[in-house]
Amino acid sequence: MNSDLASEIVQLTLEHLTLVAAAMAIAIALAVPAGILITRRAAWRPWVLGFANVMQTIPSLALFGFLIPVPLIGGIGKRTAIVALVLYALLPILRNTMVGILGVDPAVRESAVAMGMTGRQLLFLVEMPLAARTILAGIRVATVTTIGTAAIAAAIGGGGLGVFIFRGIASVDTTQILAGAVPAACIALAADGALGLLERRWRN
Amino acid sequence: MSPVVEFRAASYRIGTRDILNSLTLSVQAGETLVLLGRSGSGKTTALKMVNGLLSPTAGQVLVDGVPTTAWDPVKLKRHIGYVIQEIGLFPHYTIARNVGLVPRLEKWDEPRIQSRVDALLRQVGLDPAQFGARYPAQLSGGQRQRVGVARALAADPSVLLFDEPFGAVDPVTRLDLQKQFLALRRDLGKTAIFVTHDVREALMLATRIALLHDGTLDFLATPRQFLEAKGDEARAFLECLDWKVDTP
Repeated sequence: MNSDLASEIVQLTLEHLTLVAAAMAIAIALAVPAGILITRRAAWRPWVLGFANVMQTIPSLALFGFLIPVPLIGGIGKRTAIVALVLYALLPILRNTMVGILGVDPAVRESAVAMGMTGRQLLFLVEMPLAARTILAGIRVATVTTIGTAAIAAAIGGGGLGVFIFRGIASVDTTQILAGAVPAACIALAADGALGLLERRWRN
Repeated sequence: MSPVVEFRAASYRIGTRDILNSLTLSVQAGETLVLLGRSGSGKTTALKMVNGLLSPTAGQVLVDGVPTTAWDPVKLKRHIGYVIQEIGLFPHYTIARNVGLVPRLEKWDEPRIQSRVDALLRQVGLDPAQFGARYPAQLSGGQRQRVGVARALAADPSVLLFDEPFGAVDPVTRLDLQKQFLALRRDLGKTAIFVTHDVREALMLATRIALLHDGTLDFLATPRQFLEAKGDEARAFLECLDWKVDTP
């Protein structure tokens, strides 16, 4: 392997990681509060879940394409790529947050209220800790899929390991495809393993 | 002396269905009022009105002379201890943290919470050194129920509410818990409202029994008077005591 390729792998891997990290941070910041909200407002549930569901069903390449003409969040480049990745990551986090909180034993919730906990205390001292594992599982699924989907970001100039893959496909060069695919797969496995470990560690 | 809890024509209605119909009843300091009735008689509904988990749709419930709707809902609940059949201990908290919950919410200082928790666990017959650091899942049903009682007592509430607390444990453990209830009452003199469908439990624990039937108060009497009751619903309950094994 020549040193040019090696340094490009390092550079694009870092780019890839940046894309994923930014997208996941935003997705968590949006989906966890939204998931909590729809446990409080059942009427909003079909709308919020419906939106996230629709985002998930749009083929990823098409979603990147759709965003190009959109003002502010669209265009060519990293920003658009991150927006698309966020939209993709929402559903598993949102759904698991909701399911985790609604899955708290009603007797535990009732006794928390009867002990005189405020709504905030009920959420942060009881519901969130008990739902944490489920929420984390959602984040894990979202992270792994985002690492894969981020490869497509190269199609709209988002950079990342997808650059190798698209270049490899265009020039029928297996080495280039592997240079993108192998690191991406390694990142996905590492992230899955690390988050899985965190999930098991949580509450013994 | 003014009653600790007073129902004034308190009703609870969902749609057109009366769950509880104009209940008038007062509970004096130190007494154990047992709300006895079949499933669906409205007894749990009446109980939940006391700490504001439910609000009457008509009439009033007064705690320490103040209508529950005029109380700050959080203050009212911390002022009243609550024990339910499912117990509802927090699975992610140790036994000590579960018991110290309300004192911690009330921002007691740590040493005071510690000593309070230890004293309460001893009071309900659990060794703090042995049980304090365990989690609820590591305890038997009877032990968990004791923890539930200790938690309800933690902030020294003036009234304790019990919603069929001993319904899910085996009869031997239940008798044990019932005896402990009587011992705690003797030691602490707390006012209690106790919901059950078990007439034997009612006779054993009550200073007065309020028999509820289809959402209305059918009969109110001391256990001794209850044994002599002539009403149909009271007789139906007393019949449960009469059954004997046939001797060939």
